[in-house]
Order: sequence, then structure tokens, then C-alpha cells
Amino acid sequence: MSVTPPSEVSPAAKPSWTGRVREAAVEALPPEKLLPDGQPTYVASWIYIFGVASIASLVVIIGSGTILALKGPAWWHETGVGHFFNSIHMWSVELFFFAMVVHLWGKFWMAAWRGGRKRVWITGAVTFLVAVPCALTGYVSQQNFDAQWISTQAKDAMNSVGVGAFFNLTNFGQMYSYHVFLLPLAVVGLVAAHVLLVRRHGVVPPFDLQERAGPAPPTKTDADASSASVGARS
Amino acid sequence: MSGLRGFLRGSDDTQPWKGRYAPYDLVKEACIAVGVIVLLATVLTVLFSSPDESPSTIGQWSRQLPVNFTKTALSELDGTSETAEYGPPYNHNSGSVQHFLFLHPQRWLGVSHPINTAEDYVIGPLKTIPNDPTLQSAIAEYQAAPEKTQKAWDEAYATPLEEYAKAEEAGKPLPKTVAVNATAGTVSVQTSAAGPVPLMMASELSLAESGGLDGSLLTSSQFFQTDYTEPLLFMADGGLLEKRAEEQHLLGTQWGMMNETGSYPGQVWLWLYTFWYQVEPFKSSPSGDLLVMLVMGLLSLAFICIPFIPGVRDLPRRIPIYKLIWKEHYRAQKSV
Repeated sequence: MSVTPPSEVSPAAKPSWTGRVREAAVEALPPEKLLPDGQPTYVASWIYIFGVASIASLVVIIGSGTILALKGPAWWHETGVGHFFNSIHMWSVELFFFAMVVHLWGKFWMAAWRGGRKRVWITGAVTFLVAVPCALTGYVSQQNFDAQWISTQAKDAMNSVGVGAFFNLTNFGQMYSYHVFLLPLAVVGLVAAHVLLVRRHGVVPPFDLQERAGPAPPTKTDADASSASVGARS
Repeated sequence: MSGLRGFLRGSDDTQPWKGRYAPYDLVKEACIAVGVIVLLATVLTVLFSSPDESPSTIGQWSRQLPVNFTKTALSELDGTSETAEYGPPYNHNSGSVQHFLFLHPQRWLGVSHPINTAEDYVIGPLKTIPNDPTLQSAIAEYQAAPEKTQKAWDEAYATPLEEYAKAEEAGKPLPKTVAVNATAGTVSVQTSAAGPVPLMMASELSLAESGGLDGSLLTSSQFFQTDYTEPLLFMADGGLLEKRAEEQHLLGTQWGMMNETGSYPGQVWLWLYTFWYQVEPFKSSPSGDLLVMLVMGLLSLAFICIPFIPGVRDLPRRIPIYKLIWKEHYRAQKSV
């Protein structure tokens, strides 16, 4: 039985859904944009390391969290190895937030939404906001005194806005599900979208020093400005 | 419409980069970054570990603070505890219901986790105690009595306990109407007008000290349990969690929302949430939580929308911190 190689498919045939998705993906993010091996020379500051440090911290959080999840929520209370991985998990969360806050401040002072990059800013900001309840659900899933106190205190804020009706901080099972699946899924999805947008639009270029002295140049739309830049780091 | 669109977009003169590119290895950088973070997290773990203070139990609470436990259990029975008066999502009362202007989200979402404190925390668990006909007839007597009589019994038992608690807190001589036997783990209240309440409360304390109440509050139609709402709210009505929290600097007045047991950084990213609880009008408002959440909701929305907010989006251009960030670039441009 012979299989027709892809190259022999008639070019006149109607494009399949798969083909359309592939073409759209390659057009939006050609391989040299997705995995660049060059970066603009202005990407030369310590501030740029905090974007990749945030992602690296997220990788360590997910790695250590996966080990903790595989062994179950009580494991880290009972064994030294479990406590070690819990500590790795906790400190990588601290590093994640630290790196993300510095990264966000850096991007603010660069006005990194310029040149059609507003969605890059928005996905980054939403990631930070979603990461906060992701961490909170971790704190209330610890099964120790910290979890007892935080859940009984923070419940009032949740109840005041009605969220407590379906997001019950004192329900360990519900919080654990949010913490190990639902909210990490949202964070990872947002980070993936953020990184792909950075790849598509490139790293925001520096302000032009001369423009400040002269008259305001004509307004440029998002679509115009996002057309050609190739970038690397976030 | 195009005017609004232009206003939201603002003036954007950013040109795509047409200058030089330097060699760059993305995958290598990502691997190194993960390695560095693993190293940093490991060093911090080895140096500082992570906190794990054992949880409190109702058994511990009843043994360590028997008067506080009995007083709390009575407040659950007579419907005066914080949980009993809370309101949605636990019941239809209004003690902790918050609102702002026309916004009543707590009421809108309704009672999703119904708790009847008298039945769930006291009468229900006491009914599970076997081979004690005297206790069962006391419960039957209490339930059969008119509400007014129940209230009179509850008050007759609660007043000496209140006086005892106040004297204990103020460091004054303790009233003789309440006798605490730490060895036997009993609390005796001298009153002749409390009907069956003394027996019920003594049995409740005994059940709690044996650890039976911890289990009772978790049982439902399911064998496996993951919802700790009932025991946690009961304990939060009492004094043990608060006592431990104060020792660990976790109270609201101690910026507790972002703190953690021990000297660990905790959730420092919640500093802005915590900040509002330290200042008026949030600090003393009965709807303080809702006000803080609304303010934080607005600030979060503004944070997301920075690229669209005139003035805020122009700050980076007006305050030239960017000159520090792109120092090398501008220097290279100047030399060219």
C-alpha cells in the first residue's frame, strides 16, 4: 500500500483547516521570529534578565509543584525530602514575584506598549493579577496553622464581593484544585500568549532622543508599527 | 468614534528597529536562567527552609482555653457568635454583610454554604454521644422550650462566663461563679436558672476535649472529606487561632494579610491590599473588605489599561529613567 507524499497533493485542492491554521501560524510567527538567534543591539541592560527570570522561576515552581502533587498534599509535612521540595516551591514563588515585579516596572519605564505592543503589556499585567490568587490558594492549601489563619481571615474579603459563594477559601479540596490545576493553567496560558506576542512584535525599541526637541511626529497605528520588528527577549 | 480610538491609542511614533542585531542564543539563555533560579531556590532552601506550624484542633482549643471554648460554644447555641450572625454565604442574617451604595454582591450571591450554628456545632454533635439518656433528655428539653425560655437559660449561663473572661483579660481577680478544673478539664458555672444548658455545655466540652468534636464537624453524607468550612469557622469564632496569630504577628493590625508564620517574607505582593486596611475609612468601616476589594479592582483595571490612560502612559517619556535603561544604546548612537 502506498502513501501519497504531501508534495504530490494537488495545489488546486481546496486548503484544509489544518493547512489554513499552519499558514496563519507561520505567517504570524515565522521560525526566525519564534526562535531568533539575533537581537537588536539596544537589548543590553540588566533589566532584560527579569523577564526570562520570571519564566525560569515559573518553570521551577511547576517542577517542584508537580513533585509535591505526585506525592500528595500531606507528604511535605511528614518527610524531610517533602519539606525540601516545599521549600524549593515556596522560594521559587518568592523569586517569581520578585522577578515579575521588577520586570513590570522595567517595562513601564520603557513604555513597552509602544509600537503595537499593547497586548504584550495587557497579557503581562493580567498574568501578575492571576498569579496572586494562584499563590493565595497555595497558602490556604498548606494544611497547617498558616492555612487555617489565612483562610479564615481572607474569607471576609471574598464573601464581601460575593466570590465566596463559589470560591470558598475554607474548602481545602476546592482550593487545592484551583491551586494545582485551574489557576496554574491560566498563568501558563497567559505567559505563553505573552511570550508569543513578544516574539511577534519584538522587544520595544528605545525612545528616539531627538524627537523630544522637535514637533510631534504623525500618529502611527498599532497595525503599522507592529509589522516588521524582530526581537528576542521579553 | 475615530476620535475616541485615537484618544485611546495616543500618539505613537515608535518605528520598527532597522539597526544592527547582535548574536543571541535564546535556548541557552533560558537554560542558564532555569539553572540560576534552581540554584538560588536551593540556596534559600538550605539556609532558611520553609515554615510549617502545626494546625490547631478543636481538641487543643478546648483543653488549652476551656472557658473560651465553652463561651464560644454557647454563642453558637444562642446564635450570637460571628458565624451565627454572619449572613451570606452561611445564613440569612446580616452581621457581616457588606455593601457600598447600590452594590450588595454578598446578598446577590446568596447562601451557598448553609450553617446552622446551634444545630451543626452543638445539638447535632451532642446527639451523637451514645448511652447518655440524661444528656439526650436535656437536649430534648432545650429544643422543646419556647425561644424566650431558651434565651433566658443561655443568658443565665453566659453572664458568669463573660464576667470571667473580662476579669481574665484585665488581669483582675477571677469571679467565683465560674470554677475551672484544669486537671479534670471541666468548667462549672454557678447558676440555677440555666435549665439544661450546663449539662449540654459540660458534655460539649467533654466531647471536644476527647477529640470527638473535630470528627463530628467533618462528617456528612460523604465518607471522604475535603471541606473544612464548619470546623474552621467554629475555631475562628473562638480565641485560640487569634492568640496564636497575635504571637506570630499575623493580625490585621499587624499587616497580617501579607505576613507568614515565622520570619518569612510571606505574600509581600499583597502589600497594597494590606495597606488599605491600615488607613481610614477602610480600617473602621463595617464594609471595609468590600471597599478594599473595590479599590483594588479599580486599581487592577487601571494597571491593565495603562497603555490607554493619558498622562500615566506618558510618564515614562517625561521621566527619563529610560536613559538609564538604554544607556549603552544612546552612548553608541552618540559616538556614531
